[in-house]
Amino acid sequence: MSGAKVPADISGHMLDLDEEEDLEVFSKNTSLADGNPMPNSPDSMVNQFRLDEENEEEQQGAINKDIFVTVDNPESHISAIETFITYRVVTRTTRSEFDSSEYEVRRRYQDFLWLKSRLEENYPTLIIHPLPEKFVMKSMVERFNDDFIETRRKALHRFLNRITEHPILSCSHHFKVFLTEEELAPHRKLGPGFLSRMSETMRAMANSVRGLRSKLEEFAIMQEYVDDFSNKMCSVDKVTHRIIKEHREYMDELKQYGPTYFQWAESEELLAEPLKGVGSCVEKCSKETEEQIQHLSEVLVPTLHEYVLCADTLKAVMRRRDNIQAEFEAKNEALASKATDKEMLQEEVDDLADRVEQANNALRGDWSRWRTSMRADLKSAFISTAAKNVDYYEKCLAVWESFLLSQRGESMEQRNGADAS
Amino acid sequence: MNGRTDGQTDGWMDRQMEEDWTDGQMERMGTMLLLRQRLVTAQALGFRTRCSPKPHPTITPSTPPYLPNLELLRFFSVMRMRIASSADSSSNNSQMIMADSGSSDEVAVICNTDITSTESENNIINTMVERGTALLKKMEISVAEADKRTGKNTVNMQETYTVYLIETRPAESVSEGGTPVAPDTLWRRYSEFELLRTYLLVTYPYIIVPPLPEKRAEFVWHKLSADNLDPDFVERRRVGLENFLLRLASHPVLSNDNIFFLFLTEEKGWREAVLETGFQDKADSRLKSLSAMFRVKNPDKRFTSLKHYSEDLSTVISQLLRIRARVADRLYGVYKVHGNYGRVFSEWSAIEKEMGDGLQSAGHHMDTYAASIDDILEEEEHYADQLKEYLFYTEAVRSVCKKHELIQYELEMAAQDLSYKKQQKEELETGTVRIFSLKGMTSKLFGQETPEQRESKVAALEQSIQEGEGALKEKNAESQEFVEKAWNDIERFKEQKEKDLREALISYAIMQISMCKKGIQVWSNAKECFNKM
Repeated sequence: MSGAKVPADISGHMLDLDEEEDLEVFSKNTSLADGNPMPNSPDSMVNQFRLDEENEEEQQGAINKDIFVTVDNPESHISAIETFITYRVVTRTTRSEFDSSEYEVRRRYQDFLWLKSRLEENYPTLIIHPLPEKFVMKSMVERFNDDFIETRRKALHRFLNRITEHPILSCSHHFKVFLTEEELAPHRKLGPGFLSRMSETMRAMANSVRGLRSKLEEFAIMQEYVDDFSNKMCSVDKVTHRIIKEHREYMDELKQYGPTYFQWAESEELLAEPLKGVGSCVEKCSKETEEQIQHLSEVLVPTLHEYVLCADTLKAVMRRRDNIQAEFEAKNEALASKATDKEMLQEEVDDLADRVEQANNALRGDWSRWRTSMRADLKSAFISTAAKNVDYYEKCLAVWESFLLSQRGESMEQRNGADAS
Repeated sequence: MNGRTDGQTDGWMDRQMEEDWTDGQMERMGTMLLLRQRLVTAQALGFRTRCSPKPHPTITPSTPPYLPNLELLRFFSVMRMRIASSADSSSNNSQMIMADSGSSDEVAVICNTDITSTESENNIINTMVERGTALLKKMEISVAEADKRTGKNTVNMQETYTVYLIETRPAESVSEGGTPVAPDTLWRRYSEFELLRTYLLVTYPYIIVPPLPEKRAEFVWHKLSADNLDPDFVERRRVGLENFLLRLASHPVLSNDNIFFLFLTEEKGWREAVLETGFQDKADSRLKSLSAMFRVKNPDKRFTSLKHYSEDLSTVISQLLRIRARVADRLYGVYKVHGNYGRVFSEWSAIEKEMGDGLQSAGHHMDTYAASIDDILEEEEHYADQLKEYLFYTEAVRSVCKKHELIQYELEMAAQDLSYKKQQKEELETGTVRIFSLKGMTSKLFGQETPEQRESKVAALEQSIQEGEGALKEKNAESQEFVEKAWNDIERFKEQKEKDLREALISYAIMQISMCKKGIQVWSNAKECFNKM
């Protein structure tokens, strides 16, 4: 599949591709990622995307979405040294920077980590959607457990899609490499290595000790918000987990409650029927509770979790911005005190000043973008949860009402029998 | 239905209200309403179940948590009127006169005016009068209040106990409009109820005597207090005691008992009157019947299977009550945890601009949701009480079976004794010794008796045989009478049990429906708020 590369000069004729070729290409059974079914042709890609879009605010810049990425098909890769999971990453695009219109590669979690750190390096003050966490021992989930893999796959899918939606990040060279190169290993060796990352960290630490001379008020406000937001997200996340736990315990008890009515019905005559009725109502409601729990786990929990991670991302972004400013201020001070090398220092200081300016602007722009999508994500997750709860109660209501109707039907029968006699 | 103010009533209840009801159904509904009315009235009218003098409550239809109960109340009001109006006219014909659409206006009125719980109770008791016992035709009975007293007990120590106010009122007073006639009242404590019941158990051993509400709270889920002086427990017990008295008053046999009548009417001197009946002598034999281990040779299959049934019922209801309490506990946890959302959303809304309002109001709905579980579970306690009543009934059933066993045993013993004596007489007369006896041996060893001795023995035996035959006849008659009366009451009890438990299950379903509707309302509101985020 990955060999279907169309040479660059035909890129203009993308839309004239043979029908047959289209079908061959797109009839492959790609599993549906959440919320973004694969489009069928470059044309309909655009339409599809428009239809899928709920939030109009996000459509600014998305109307011309020309790159689509899916993450699916997890597979175990077993070698002598280690076992790990790889995911298939499929890209379909009309962008001219890409040599072909579609790519398929296999990537492992480490590769995603690499991409993220490259992006963070190149765009230190842009807000990058978080990756799912590494395997955490305490969660007591097996590393190769199906649920865990599926959860991670969805999160990786969201991660890449957020990048494709970002006007700046989606043009990143590393992103393109990630999506297109068969083998990522050679590229991973290039670029700043471990040591340079270490020195950056040390510089950052030194700068933070020195402190900032003056922080623009807007960033101070931002910082405060980020800290508060982080707290609130953690709280909401905790409460949600607690709710799920209570639901589970409730459901466990319900599972014993229903059968007791059936047991009672065994020693009764006339009462057997209403008893069985109540018992089956309880059983049906317990099934609904199970579905309710599942919905919470699949919709609200992952979203909240991602925004808990987002809060950490934001903190890191704020730190990096502060560091850039600190570096500039340090050099600026040096310039003021030193007499020699003024010209060279001045150049450096000007460079750094530009960097600060760039960083601040990037952050400003991305901040409102992030705020918008945060609002949309959380709003939709909460709405979905509330809707599911309404649905749960409506289903249980129907169950009990039909029991009541059946009892009324019983008494009608009895009455008819009495009238007849 | 037209004319509803809040548009919430639909489905089953509406159809019931328009439904054509027979006598039997009316009666069943009357019983159910009687047992349920007080609770629902109390809740819907907005006062908590605590010991208090009779309040004059007003219904507040705008208070959100009460709306579903209001619906229930409205339903009960309509049914009450239907029953009351049909009770007036039922003496002439079997066709039900329907409360036609004209009364739907009255329904709205009833729900919006002041209504005392006395009035509503009066309407209920009306229904039992037409079909009930002579006693109920004469008077209305209720346990209106509970109060605390302190006094010296039998070992001369100070103790605090609860007393209950029994109100009785001549039945005719209800037909007057306006203020009802002041009732006769007296105070009784729980131990007096126990004494009454013990007396009845001994005096009518063939009757399944209605049980008392539990002395100590059992099958509690964690929030419910097991303290006997807790106001909610006292209130539930008050309802249970009233139920006990009404069960007695509507029993075809027990309602005619004079001691019961005195219990309702004579505060002082009742205890002495009970003791004077000398029932305690019979009580001793009753104790014997309950604890004695004896084998009956030809057990009555009906009684045996009834005993087994009541054992099974006791086991299964206990289990059901235990699990229900655990389910209640867990459900409580689910609802209350959502209260945390309320707090967190409120805090979070403070740092958000566009999302703030939506979050804040969603948080309020989460608080409402969390608070709603208290009423829901309190109402469910009454379902548990209905089940408990039948759990305790199984004991009464078992003791009737045991008493029958005792009578059967005594009958067999009497018959055995008689046939032994007859055999003895035969041997003496014919000279054959079939039965080994010491006398026989001694006479062999020490010589035959004289003919005179033998004759006197035979004569004595004959007399004894005659007495034995008389005793056997008596025992037989006693046994037959017992079986007849007992089986009569058992049939009555079976019908009552099926009726009551079916209504209990239906009312449980109604409670679940009410809870679901509340849930739909709260989460729909929350969804609206999230939409505004």
